[in-house]
Amino acid sequence: MITFMNNSDSEEEPCNERTSLMSAESPPVPSYQDGLPASEAGEAQAHRKRRAGSSRGPNNIAGGETSGLGIPVRESALENEEEELTLKYGAKHVIMLFVPVTLCMIVVVATIKSVRFYTEKNGQLIYTPFSEDTPSVGQRLLNSVLNTIIMISVIIVMTVFLVLLYKYRCYKFIHGWLILSSLMLLFLFTYIYLGEVLKTYNVAMDYPTLFIVIWNFGAVGMICIHWKGPLQLQQAYLIMISALMALVFIKYLPEWSAWVILGAISIYDLMAVLCPKGPLRMLVETAQERNEPIFPALIYSSAMMWTVGMAKPDTAARGPSQQAWGAAEDGREHLRSPSHAESQMSETRNPGPTRPVTSLEELEEEERGVKLGLGDFIFYSVLVGKAAATASGDWNTTLACFVAILIGLCLTLLLLAVFKKALPALPISITFGLIFYFSTDNLVRPFMDTLASHQLYI
Amino acid sequence: PAFGLFIFTIARDPLRIIILIAGAFFWLVSLLLSSLIWFIAVKASDPQDERLQKGLLIFGVMFSVLLQEAFRFLYYKLLRKAIEGLVALSEDGCSPISIQQMAYVAGVGFGLMSGAFSMVNLLADALGPGTVGIHGDSQLYFLTSAFMTMVLIFLHTFWGILFFHGCEHRRWWEIAAVVIMHLTVSGSSFCNPLYVGSLVPSYLLMAAAAAWAYLLSGGSAQNLRRFLLCKC
Repeated sequence: MITFMNNSDSEEEPCNERTSLMSAESPPVPSYQDGLPASEAGEAQAHRKRRAGSSRGPNNIAGGETSGLGIPVRESALENEEEELTLKYGAKHVIMLFVPVTLCMIVVVATIKSVRFYTEKNGQLIYTPFSEDTPSVGQRLLNSVLNTIIMISVIIVMTVFLVLLYKYRCYKFIHGWLILSSLMLLFLFTYIYLGEVLKTYNVAMDYPTLFIVIWNFGAVGMICIHWKGPLQLQQAYLIMISALMALVFIKYLPEWSAWVILGAISIYDLMAVLCPKGPLRMLVETAQERNEPIFPALIYSSAMMWTVGMAKPDTAARGPSQQAWGAAEDGREHLRSPSHAESQMSETRNPGPTRPVTSLEELEEEERGVKLGLGDFIFYSVLVGKAAATASGDWNTTLACFVAILIGLCLTLLLLAVFKKALPALPISITFGLIFYFSTDNLVRPFMDTLASHQLYI
Repeated sequence: PAFGLFIFTIARDPLRIIILIAGAFFWLVSLLLSSLIWFIAVKASDPQDERLQKGLLIFGVMFSVLLQEAFRFLYYKLLRKAIEGLVALSEDGCSPISIQQMAYVAGVGFGLMSGAFSMVNLLADALGPGTVGIHGDSQLYFLTSAFMTMVLIFLHTFWGILFFHGCEHRRWWEIAAVVIMHLTVSGSSFCNPLYVGSLVPSYLLMAAAAAWAYLLSGGSAQNLRRFLLCKC
């Protein structure tokens, strides 16, 4: 799910964050049967809106819909309620993800269209050593496939490395790595980006102002992403760094390699998340076993994570924050226990029925949301940006890819609601996007052009 | 105006946004298939023959219209299933969104996508330098394109409502009327650049469709009068 390529010496490839899609929704009752989403909820927002006296509170995702129902509900009915609430508010979560993905894509497309820098070919990354300037088609194809193989193997190596580090609890190393790469992203890339934008619009800016602006931007970004900060600001920063990363990819990946890489990465994502031995799946499972959040710098979450214990991931010492946090989840079970003799939910979780419920009231309540890895943002934006940059049919192709990606995201979230475990977000969307890009570029464009030239309407 | 529709009526409810995007997607797929057919036909034919090309184009347009309506029907089927699912899962036994709202949103989705595809490239070119109609074509090209696109978007919206209503109540003549109207509008655009022949009928048809859809949605002349009077 998360891969790093931290190459601190070259500016071209600091960070490659890939992803999978995880549901951070409060898992309804049936999902507690499988262990994954249970602790997933733990790592995410563990709080729900609670009304006093509500003796049953399943997903109060939209807040308090089921409050006031003090009647004990039978288990099956409860399960159904859970299901329907998940699906019903699934629409809201889909929109919560649509908006940032759309924003990221808009930023990337706007930049590509206006700033010439990102469409000039100024060299390639060291990860894609084979050039595509060869005369013959076969050679070019071969080069792009080789580039892809190299890139994917780098990603695999990095992911496995990260998972191993995580497994053996080398948290300091991981945090240091993350901080270093986001530092470089925030400062260096922003500097380049700002420089190019200013050049395009012929606006002069002196170095001291530039320094102050970038310093502020970078410092606030670091704080927001790695520590606490207002949710919207954190989301905005994550969107911006995804867009910057996508722009780097668009600029430095040669054409055919980019498309082959996109295809290969979605296949890799599929395998890495779904296969039992896949690195991403192991990462997610390990994080859930330990009841920890996955690194905040790599995941976009659509709802607030307001926990006291976020910054301390080590579970060895169950400090009071962890206690409160963990108690919050069990608190939900507590709220139900008056109405149900046995806790249906505690199949795979520690019920801990003796945990104090008092600390719950002080914790902030926030709605749950869905989480999407930043790499997903990046690759979606790469697809749309490439479509905007290289398609001759200009906006039609871009629009088509945009709609295709959104529909893919929708379907993925639907599957997420059905399966309730971590799913790869890339394959469906990227497949749709690729199909639509190639077909719109080659088939629809001549059709629409001819129609437009005769001013016919369909 | 279409964007105004979007912002005021659809942007609030996430479910509607999803239906909108899905509607746009269906339109896109229909366009894809129809352009595939056209492309194959063009490749298989002689590129030099002007009349043949024109004929193929007309054939492509008609085929595309038929495909669009077919996809509207498919979308209707999908939405029926979805509504049944939503009803089964909802708390109080009725779905959070009615089939008419869905019809409206689906129509807007279709319309927006078709409008976008018709207009966007034009707009992008309009930003650049150039003179309209320099080769003896009409100088009103941009204006008429804009109006035509707008009328088409509205028409798609109304057709959506009419079509779904026809499917709901099993009135085949309504569906046939929608298809015929669509064909007429597309056909009238063949009269371009004789704009009288295309814009005027389209607007008339739009007014008719608007009134019909309004009546179907439960409005009446009285409602309208009350609405207007209350406002001013």
